[in-house]
Amino acid sequence: MNILEMTRISQEFGGLRAVDTVSLSVLTGEILGIIGPNGAGKTTLFNIITGIYVPTEGELLFRERRIDGMAPHDIARLGIGRTFQNIRLFGKLSVLDNVRVGRFGVTHSGLWSCLLRLPAARREEKETELRAMELLELVDLVDKRYEYAENLAYGEQRRLEIARALALDPSLLLLDEPGAGMNTGEKEELMAFIRSIRDQLKLTIILVEHDMNLVMNICERITVLDYGRKIAEGTPAQVKNDERVIQSYLGSGA
Amino acid sequence: MFDAFLNQTIDAYYLRILIFIGINIILALGLNLITGVTGQLSMGHAGFMSLGAYTSAILSVQLEVPFALALLGGALVAAFFGFLIGIPTLRLEGDYLAMVTIGFAEIVRVFFLNFGPGGKAVGLSGIPQNTGFTVVWLLVLVVIVLNRQLLASRVGRSLYAIRENEIAAEACGVDTTRMKVLAFSVGSLLGGLGGGLYAHYMYYINPQDFGFMKSIELLNMVVLGGMGSIPGTIIGVVILTILPEMLRIVDEYRLLFYGALLVILMIFRPNGLLGDVRVYDIKKWWTQRGDRE
Amino acid sequence: MFWEQLLNGLTLGSSYALIALGYTMVYGIVQLINFAHGEVYMFGAFVGLFLVTAGFNIFVALLGAMAFCMLLGMLIERVAYRPLRGKSSRLSALISAIGVSIFLSTLMVLYRGPNTTRYPEVLGGSTFQLGSLQVSTLQIIILLIAALLMVVLELAIKKTRVGKAMRACSQDLEASKLMGVNVNRIISLTFAVGSALAAAGGVMVGIYYNAVWPYMGTMAGLKAFAAAVLGGIGSVPGAMIGGLTLGVLEIMGIAYLSSSYKDAIAFAILILVLIIRPQGLVGQKLSKKV
Repeated sequence: MNILEMTRISQEFGGLRAVDTVSLSVLTGEILGIIGPNGAGKTTLFNIITGIYVPTEGELLFRERRIDGMAPHDIARLGIGRTFQNIRLFGKLSVLDNVRVGRFGVTHSGLWSCLLRLPAARREEKETELRAMELLELVDLVDKRYEYAENLAYGEQRRLEIARALALDPSLLLLDEPGAGMNTGEKEELMAFIRSIRDQLKLTIILVEHDMNLVMNICERITVLDYGRKIAEGTPAQVKNDERVIQSYLGSGA
Repeated sequence: MFDAFLNQTIDAYYLRILIFIGINIILALGLNLITGVTGQLSMGHAGFMSLGAYTSAILSVQLEVPFALALLGGALVAAFFGFLIGIPTLRLEGDYLAMVTIGFAEIVRVFFLNFGPGGKAVGLSGIPQNTGFTVVWLLVLVVIVLNRQLLASRVGRSLYAIRENEIAAEACGVDTTRMKVLAFSVGSLLGGLGGGLYAHYMYYINPQDFGFMKSIELLNMVVLGGMGSIPGTIIGVVILTILPEMLRIVDEYRLLFYGALLVILMIFRPNGLLGDVRVYDIKKWWTQRGDRE
Repeated sequence: MFWEQLLNGLTLGSSYALIALGYTMVYGIVQLINFAHGEVYMFGAFVGLFLVTAGFNIFVALLGAMAFCMLLGMLIERVAYRPLRGKSSRLSALISAIGVSIFLSTLMVLYRGPNTTRYPEVLGGSTFQLGSLQVSTLQIIILLIAALLMVVLELAIKKTRVGKAMRACSQDLEASKLMGVNVNRIISLTFAVGSALAAAGGVMVGIYYNAVWPYMGTMAGLKAFAAAVLGGIGSVPGAMIGGLTLGVLEIMGIAYLSSSYKDAIAFAILILVLIIRPQGLVGQKLSKKV
């Protein structure tokens, strides 16, 4: 089964078709890249997958289950994690707390358990902290765990966002321009990191990126969007040589 | 018994202030939960205080319900209305809650002005004065402890997350509408509890006691002390309960001050006195001080 | 009887519309509910009062109030909102707005006392017959002035360069900045225009109902906000439609239901709109920028 099936998805905003009849299958365990010029509909696609937008047309299946129209928090709980193009951290919470909030979707203690610190809630808190620390180790932010997230350096903030997304124990991870603002060295590390979490945590990863080098090197398949439509799809080699892609995107100086 | 002892030893005036501080702490912690922690601006907290006050008073006076149950009744009615107006308002993105709560508090005020059993404009008197120092501060203790436990927990963290970035919170699996309504209901419950305690201390209440000025006063306490911080809120309460007393400020000038204070705080110190300060920060500042020397 | 009430409703509604426009334009451009807007309306009514008492006619009073409030609105934006723009959370801006609102209304209370002052007789109570209706000259004048102001506003927004800049800013502030629009000036202008309209509303209400008092802004502000939401917050035609509708509904409510709960009508409408159709009558489903 493909982990994600998008069938003829369209998104209209008062006359503007941000996404136009896009069909896409995401293979379980792959690293898929979505590229395209600005405004091509890449982030909109992410927003549709994570439930922020309800598609005007089409069907979205996650592990063979219909998720278009579901609320974002329910989709997150099903196991889809994401990072955002403009980093969305909880600025005035500590680094550790940011990741702990990420565990919300997989924990259950309710109002009463928390108010009265019942044993089940205490147990869950311990597990949450343990898992959060594991993830912070993974992204090398353990030293900064008590810092306010807003005080971190840009690169650290990006790593924190990924850690928070992983806290959901997702099976599908959406990374929206994870390499933005990084230098070459950092991007190398990022690529290695993405590969390793995919292997270690058995993830499927979809990433939106502008850096062609990053995309070509790390993605196993690439989908190309332009003006909301899919114009090409295939392996990096195939896409690189595709006429339409070259015309619309790569040719204009990547 | 302890109250009797206190009545002998402490001057009645200071006792009164201490009791008001206690009641205000309960009220302010409720508002803090809604506005300071979850980031939803509620401008009608006095309305919930009013609902709690009148409900508990009528239960006591007309139905002769025991004190504890009357307080509970008042708190639950307040929570119920919080829930009711929270649902349509909080599911929307945007700051509708502020305006809705202003309108709601006004409706409540007009309602009690016209409500027979509450005495209409004349008000309600004869409320048994069951609120004493012990009751108030015992409840304050309970409320503080429960607040602390809540805010340090999974639920509390999700509320802070909503304040910081609602969309990201959703992406973490937080049902933001549900949690906002929850926070608003619990906060309103505390508002109702404070109102009940107030009514049973004052012996007499009327709709004017719960006007817009009261809501503003409470907001100032939360904002001054530190949004989302329990010790901050307490400090805000203490300062703003004692200061007007000390300076004998007339109502109108007090309002002028509150208005200006809000603007000045937002520009220069939006997190209030203690909003940015955690035990961690204090420790860090202390050790860094040591390093410099 | 019905038609008279309808006319009364439209007259009241046009004042709501004028105030609502200020709310909606500011919300559209900086996503802030300008709580102080009601107080600007109130100041407008008082300035009009002073001018009329000093012997000037209604038109001078109107223009004087509008000019004063234009400056007041811009001052408020400069002092209490601009320092917070961009760097602070939305909550901070809201709290600052509340602070300004309280400050201004209290200022007026300290200056004039909380009680109602009457407007001196301005136009006499002249009425005339329109078919079977008793119509007062004042009502006609108010409706005409309000209509005129709204038409001028619509034209200005649609046809002038400045108007286009305002529309661009309300759609995407960042992009407009990149396009070279002086965003600060446009925002100031938006506040100025909204405040001037509110002032006009204030003067007209003062004359029509023959009463001004320092807290008139709070209630009117709340109702005008409900009107803006009813029409569709952020939409200029929405504010006009919402204002007129609310005015009519309120008058009808007083006439056919009860007058002690008249203030509850606006609140009830607000809640109903939020439940049933939050984007208002004219508004489109707002999509979030993620």
